[in-house]
Amino acid sequence: MVISEPIRSEIDAEIAKFPKPRGALLRAMHLVQAEHGHVSTDCARELAEIFEMRPIEVMEVVSFYNMFFDKPQAKHHVYVCTNLPCSLRGARVLLAQLESHLGVQAPGDTADGRIHLGHEECLGACAYAPMMRIDDQYFEDLDVEKAKSILDSLGE
Amino acid sequence: MLQSPYVTSYLTEHFGNDEFTTLDGYERLGGYQAARKALTEMSPDDLIELVKASGLQGRGGAGFSMGMKWSFMPKEDDRPKYLVCNADESEPGSFKDRIMLERGAHQMLEGILIAAWATGAAATFIYIRGEYSFPADCVERAVAEAYEKGYFGANAMGTGFSHDVRVTRGAGAYICGEETGLLESLEGKKGQPRKKPPFPAQYGAFGMPTTVNNVETYSHVPHIINKGIDWFRAFGTDKSPGTTIFGVSGHVARPGLYELPLGTPLSEIVFEHAGGVPGGRKVKGVIPGGMSMPILPAGLLDVPMANEFLREQKTMLGTGGIMVMDETTCMVRVASIISYFFRDESCGQCTQCREGTGWMNKIVERIERGAGEQSDIDVLLDVAGKMEASTICAFADAAAWPIQGLLRHFSEDFIAHIGGRKCPFPESFEL
Ligand SMILES: Cc1cc2nc3c(=O)[nH]c(=O)nc-3n(C[C@H](O)[C@H](O)[C@H](O)COP(=O)(O)O)c2cc1C
Ligand code: SF4
Repeated sequence: MVISEPIRSEIDAEIAKFPKPRGALLRAMHLVQAEHGHVSTDCARELAEIFEMRPIEVMEVVSFYNMFFDKPQAKHHVYVCTNLPCSLRGARVLLAQLESHLGVQAPGDTADGRIHLGHEECLGACAYAPMMRIDDQYFEDLDVEKAKSILDSLGE
Repeated sequence: MLQSPYVTSYLTEHFGNDEFTTLDGYERLGGYQAARKALTEMSPDDLIELVKASGLQGRGGAGFSMGMKWSFMPKEDDRPKYLVCNADESEPGSFKDRIMLERGAHQMLEGILIAAWATGAAATFIYIRGEYSFPADCVERAVAEAYEKGYFGANAMGTGFSHDVRVTRGAGAYICGEETGLLESLEGKKGQPRKKPPFPAQYGAFGMPTTVNNVETYSHVPHIINKGIDWFRAFGTDKSPGTTIFGVSGHVARPGLYELPLGTPLSEIVFEHAGGVPGGRKVKGVIPGGMSMPILPAGLLDVPMANEFLREQKTMLGTGGIMVMDETTCMVRVASIISYFFRDESCGQCTQCREGTGWMNKIVERIERGAGEQSDIDVLLDVAGKMEASTICAFADAAAWPIQGLLRHFSEDFIAHIGGRKCPFPESFEL
């Protein structure tokens, strides 16, 4: 078993809350990903068993959603919003400077696997632009120096 | 950082007060009285009639009457019925639901409980976009408090009425905001919109009769119950009553949220409330209601922000997300960002949408690079025209409209790129 006991029982508890078990699938994927960093083939196989689906159907769901990954990921995910409201306030300049600060081209990972830098569509922070999302946290009203020091303070 | 609205009214009055985010605090400030009144003194039919007569329109984009929608739920039907609260908020330029979730979760839950009683729903599914992690935490905490107090569950408020609330977190897909894409996602599938009919009122969440409403739409309901129709209709216009929360972004001095009556002139919001364009520059264009809604040029900003007036200008209120662009802005770059977004987010089921969004983006980017042809503008209009009203969901229309709007009001920007073979706006925001 790759999915741990505690996660497995959380998934079972979620399943009980929906009219059909699959209503808990997205929640289960979030839980699995929080534990493993991505939804591996092995995890997908177990999820398929739990939800009485075929593994390929599980992987189809994983690949449809931007926030689910089927491969191991960098330690931190950094996304700069480059949609219109943020771009009007300098988001693309910010992204370019973060690219050269980290030495990566977005979307891409730093050589040490510490940071994945990418861009993302509107995150609902339009008045507080430019902004970035790091893992599940928002950082808003950024300027280049502020953004750099936030990145530098991220753990290994 | 997310800030309380600069201008508040009944919805956001207490958003600056931490008390309002807890159940006890919310009740001290008058919360859950409307739900108690509805569940103990009002029949479902009375409630449906009241909300119909209030004129409350959906705040998620389409502007349909909430009471009408409730009345579509089948009455003689033994199947369980469900409600959905659409908290997917991913329309670019929109950030009002986020604060409603973070600062007004109990107000929204009270609206949900009232709607549940009116429609006889057994459960509500609140679908929150995956990136809204903190807002979802706030909602889950509020739901837990309300269960603990006995406001949800088997015997809601001690009335014998049973209603459950579930929170589902999305995982990053704009199309899951479309109500049937949302329903698919809720069922643990790819969020690809369903063919209609059957409509959700017949075949919705998990195949059961379902009504979908937006976070803000639910949040108006307790106020209408507490203070009545005449009070509610004193805000806004005859056809579009109530307030809404406008989100202003882009080139303004005070970007932020503003709760104002529907029908407030766009110019008043941009220049008086949001302080106009900084640095003495002029406005070039304003998108009035989230990225799907066609842009308005500087000369048309006196329009009142209500659908009956905006439609005359070939645009709509949408989500009330107002994006302001100053005179340095290259409108071809704007078209480039918009068309990229729709190309990226198309779910790919319909040929016109999948191919059309790709073509539009390719042509716009070519024009921006200075490699466009005179005929490109006609091709863009042709592709956009063919995408309208021909697909499974309104996403394709939402992709076509903004490009049509830019070509209607700013075709000279496109022509200048094509003629001069480069972008003529050196001071525009960077692409
Ligand atoms: C492409 C697309 C995206 C949408 N995204 C959202 C959204 O994020 N939030 C929302 O409330 N409605 C969204 N809608 C509108 C919903 O389909 C639906 O009309 C709305 O949730 C109904 O609630 P209301 O009547 O209270 O506005 C979207 C529609 C389309 C076509
Ligand atoms: S219109 Fe576009 S987004 Fe909607 S179902 Fe068709 S392909 Fe998908």
